[in-house]
Amino acid sequence: MSLVRAKKLVAGLAALPALLSAGIARAEWGLNLPEPFTPMAREIMTLHNTIMVVCLIIFIVVFGAMFYSLWAHRKSRGHKPAQFSHSTTMEIIWTIIPFFILVGMAVPSTATLIRMEDTTDADLSIKITGYQWKWHYEYLDSGVNFFSTLSTSRDQIENKAEKTEHYLLEVDNPLIIPAGRKVRLLTTANDVIHSWWVPHFGVKKDAIPGYINETWVNVDKPGTYRGQCTELCGRDHGYMPVVVEVLAGEEYDKWAASEAEILAAK
Amino acid sequence: MATAHTDDHQHDAHADHEGHPPPSRLMRWVTTTNHKDIGTLYLIFSLTMFMLGGAMAMVIRAELFVPGLQIVDPHFFNQMTTMHALVMIFGAVMPGFVGFANWMIPLMIGGPDMALPRLNNWSFWILPFAFVLLLLPLVLGMFGIGGGAPAGGWTLYAPLSLQSGWGMDFAILAIHMMGISSVLGAINIIVTIMNMRAPGMTLMKMPLFVWTWLITAFLLVAVMPVLAGAVTMLLTDRNFDTAFFNPAGGGDPVMFQHIFWFFGHPEVYIMILPAFGIISQIIPTFARKPLFGYDSMVFATAGIAFLSFIVWAHHMFTVGMPLTGELFFMYATMLIAVPTGVKIFNWVATMWRGSMTFETPMLYAIAVVCLFTIGGLSGLMLAIVPADFQYHDTYFVVAHFHYVLFSGAVMAMMGGAFYWLPKWTGYMYNEKLGQLHFWLTTIFFNVTFFPQHFLGLAGMPRRIPDYALMFTEFNMISSIGAFGLGLSQLLFIYIIVQTVKGGEKATDKVWENPEGLEWTVASPAPHHTFDVAPEIK
Repeated sequence: MSLVRAKKLVAGLAALPALLSAGIARAEWGLNLPEPFTPMAREIMTLHNTIMVVCLIIFIVVFGAMFYSLWAHRKSRGHKPAQFSHSTTMEIIWTIIPFFILVGMAVPSTATLIRMEDTTDADLSIKITGYQWKWHYEYLDSGVNFFSTLSTSRDQIENKAEKTEHYLLEVDNPLIIPAGRKVRLLTTANDVIHSWWVPHFGVKKDAIPGYINETWVNVDKPGTYRGQCTELCGRDHGYMPVVVEVLAGEEYDKWAASEAEILAAK
Repeated sequence: MATAHTDDHQHDAHADHEGHPPPSRLMRWVTTTNHKDIGTLYLIFSLTMFMLGGAMAMVIRAELFVPGLQIVDPHFFNQMTTMHALVMIFGAVMPGFVGFANWMIPLMIGGPDMALPRLNNWSFWILPFAFVLLLLPLVLGMFGIGGGAPAGGWTLYAPLSLQSGWGMDFAILAIHMMGISSVLGAINIIVTIMNMRAPGMTLMKMPLFVWTWLITAFLLVAVMPVLAGAVTMLLTDRNFDTAFFNPAGGGDPVMFQHIFWFFGHPEVYIMILPAFGIISQIIPTFARKPLFGYDSMVFATAGIAFLSFIVWAHHMFTVGMPLTGELFFMYATMLIAVPTGVKIFNWVATMWRGSMTFETPMLYAIAVVCLFTIGGLSGLMLAIVPADFQYHDTYFVVAHFHYVLFSGAVMAMMGGAFYWLPKWTGYMYNEKLGQLHFWLTTIFFNVTFFPQHFLGLAGMPRRIPDYALMFTEFNMISSIGAFGLGLSQLLFIYIIVQTVKGGEKATDKVWENPEGLEWTVASPAPHHTFDVAPEIK
């Protein structure tokens, strides 16, 4: 370990109590997927919750049986071992039942997936390009485009300043889209593979150089939504957040028109 | 039992070298062609790599204890996650299972040794050199020479892996050497099982550990060359101006992922099937009841192995596959739950109405059945494509694969080590300490990895050195668990060293009434066993 690194360690440890209290003050203890704000995210949430419950029931039944056995069929309770080692009936039952449970899971998943992959009839299209380590957004109809880069200060990252609420999840220029309209997102990359993800939207799509992938969102209501790059893309992979500002329809139109004007004036 | 020739292998290990001067202590281990010696070498190597990979995990968890950059810079952090995976997979888990195979397969099938003993020696001795090559750039990097070890993740995804320094070239050559070692080991295992069985040991009488290894060996022979092909193309893209994966030259980065995961998914089963084998040996012994559904266990293993070849793209649902592709890989992946379920049910049915005692190996086996299932169920969730869009590349995935790899593969090996240690060393391990190690490992494992499910669902991507404030609490809990888990493994080493040195003498049978030929030879197992084939009823 170099001297610099050792110094950093000491500085980090010294700042620990302050960090701990700051962290715990903002405790969220989220246990499930974040609140969904698009129809697709809602469907994913329902799927996730259903499958989770099914898995939980399976787990409880199977391991209920096992733990009962661990308690009842112990040598210390004087249980004499049975010597059976086959039961064709049982084996058929526990092959077939899981199969039908799986079919039951596959049907709604397929339906959701088909809806997710349908990118037709979009109101506007935006091209998202991943760079090391920032995002570039381009509105294909107007040509308006800009980079979106992390705006958290270096001091906060290096523990020299107190971390603010949206630490690492804030950018200089967020992507701006309208609420209640279908927005088609085209993802690609300029160097290595990135992945564009906003948990609240249920959208994660890899941005791959040489490929153009597509997906879509239709956000319920205005607000600011945050996500991150989710494909390891090098040194600052952890420092390229996605921030989307969703505006009400008319507000968005106003913004789009003024941006287009600025672009035309250039 | 015909051949329990009971020379004490501590003193009389070299009875076979009549006419030759006995080799020096070091050269004995370098030149050995004995399956037990080579098994021991593999196991020691595996344990060493386990501690090294664990140390890297400690660096990762220390950095993630609180948000912000404290201990390492992001580039070094990425080297740690990459090397942790490579060292654990290729250094700890795979050689660990080969160690078990070397020690136990000849003993279980009543053969005198492995079929290809010199090849066996070579396949082990390639490994230390491969790992020197793999780790050298990391060490040099810490002294400021070169760009360090690969930092693009163990999956080596192009084009990121095309960007890194010569640490990547070292890693590629190291992977080639590990691949050669694995394939040679696998060939040896197949030939041994096919040819060295005692008369009467038909395939369907083989202990399940032997069966799972036979199938694993076929998987290794099938997919290690695919990995070799993938990394060779990386090597030529990096150094000889080809453009297999480089989009700037018309290459296809997604093709790398397809080729990699065609290796990578069977690889997952390479790391878990032998663990299933070990569990299937342990549970009947301590339930005092034969294994339930032997035939279906064999078929389920084969079924899992077959399915493992047609599910690879479930690792890459977000790359933008066509809808039909996504559906196919979703259905195929979900199907794996059927044979895996059969195995779980069979283990529970083996315990059912048995007469159970809970020595350390049994505790590990029960924990594996239970915790592996958590990983299996989260795997099923990951197979559901729409949901996978949320889970993919988050800590949910990290939690998932540590539940199958740590509480599946690694804890099965720990259970196996306690199960056969008396047979290997001739001494009983300290049962109290063994159970203490079990409880520490199990509790700290869950403290480490269970909260990571929540982190992933809440939106924390994997492979990041720093994170948003809402992830702080669970990361802290996870790090505390990890430090406990790491420290507990020192106890594991202490117990092993203590057992090797001495203690209560183990009987030949060791346990109350275990099944299998390995319990018919003396404890410790003599240097040479089954020179005359035993009779199988």
